[in-house]
Amino acid sequence: MYAIKAVGLTKRYKSITAVGDLNLEIKEGELFSLLGVNGAGKTTTIKILSCLTKPTDGDATVGGFSITKEPDSVKRLIGVSPQEIAVAPNLSVKENLELICGIHGFSKDKTAANINELSDRFDLSGCMMRKVGKLSGGWQRRVSIAMALISEPKILFLDEPTLGLDVIARHDLWETIRSLKGKVTVVLTTHYMEEAAALSDRIGIMKNGRLLEVGTVEELKGKSGTDNFEAAFLSIVKGVGTCE
Amino acid sequence: MRMITFAKRCGKEILRDPITLCFGLGFPLVLLLLLTAIQGNIPVNLFEIDTLTPGITVFGLSFITLFSATLVAKDRESALLQRLYTTPLTGFDFIIGYMLPLLPIAIGQVVICYLFAVPLGLTVSINIIYAVIGVIPMAIFNISLGLLCGSLFGVKQVGGICGALLTNLSAWLSGVWFDLELVGGPLKKTAGFLPFIHAAEAEKALFSGDLGTAASHIFPVILYSVLITATAVFCFLRQMKKQ
Repeated sequence: MYAIKAVGLTKRYKSITAVGDLNLEIKEGELFSLLGVNGAGKTTTIKILSCLTKPTDGDATVGGFSITKEPDSVKRLIGVSPQEIAVAPNLSVKENLELICGIHGFSKDKTAANINELSDRFDLSGCMMRKVGKLSGGWQRRVSIAMALISEPKILFLDEPTLGLDVIARHDLWETIRSLKGKVTVVLTTHYMEEAAALSDRIGIMKNGRLLEVGTVEELKGKSGTDNFEAAFLSIVKGVGTCE
Repeated sequence: MRMITFAKRCGKEILRDPITLCFGLGFPLVLLLLLTAIQGNIPVNLFEIDTLTPGITVFGLSFITLFSATLVAKDRESALLQRLYTTPLTGFDFIIGYMLPLLPIAIGQVVICYLFAVPLGLTVSINIIYAVIGVIPMAIFNISLGLLCGSLFGVKQVGGICGALLTNLSAWLSGVWFDLELVGGPLKKTAGFLPFIHAAEAEKALFSGDLGTAASHIFPVILYSVLITATAVFCFLRQMKKQ
């Protein structure tokens, strides 16, 4: 069964097509990356799939539910970490995590257990009682991603998750994302090629709202006739016309 | 449950913002103190504590609009609301979640004003309780107005509109500083069409035990509360859909 299946997904803003005729299938437990330069349509795709934006045309099922007809059911299955840090700044780290657990209707015991687990995974125990607004950008991002994970989503959308993280934090987060493989379907957007290559089962390359190619790193290299992933990406992206 | 969780979060965000809170709660008290001191040094009855305090409580509620608008506008400008829109929270949860914690804050502000006025010479009677209850429609008006402004404007605009313009309008058009009968003309007419003067008069009437006059003034306030709440709900849901 597919965790996500998009058919003809399109989003237009007046004369601009942010996402055009997107057809995509992502398997359960797969780690799928959307790779592309700025303005490629990665974030809009995530916004559509997470029911934040309605598509102009087409539809998609997420966890078997239509994003246009059953958004409430979709919202119970997903976790989203937006590109910008999405935290309540005057609340402590613990309170932010509790907020998401409360919204998802978790019991006190389950909330405490999930907070403990994520505290260990993201090394948050030292700052659990501190206001998130007082933490550095990198730590705020960790909290923001932990908030996406604490609801135990079946499908997780991570929009540029390592933006602004230092090398160590980035690699720590990579490990966390890898540990989700097979258990959670992860859709990740990035413009870092090494990140997409290191983490993904498959990669979709986008440009100007179009999905140009989909495949594993090896398949994409094979399609462009190169043994270097960056060269393959450039070949695929430059092989198509420039933006509207 | 979901809505209560969100409401708790909103309450914490407001109560943990010391500058807004001190200004919102402190400013009406400073005014009360200052105007009472002025009254002590002038020969006419301009700022008698028994008529001044009910007026100040109504004026103080304009800061609740500022709290409400700032919270919504800040949330809209941050990615937090975007994240929360992808959760099972519904439009109803958001609206009630924003409004609910502000009501006890507004009532608390009014109670503090009355308690503060007691050592300044305020007549203590059961009517204070009626006056506190009677302020609820105006509190809902102010909270909804904040939700409306927060849904339409950004944080900076909200500061200007709710922080400066609304507080001044509330002060001038509620007759707290001066008797609008003395000014007359267009200002008095305009004030009559808006809820501020009616809320202040209703509050004064409740405090003095004149329930008949209070009822006649509370009606337009309730009407405005319903109208502004409906508009705020419409605008909030519209911007939520626009996301």
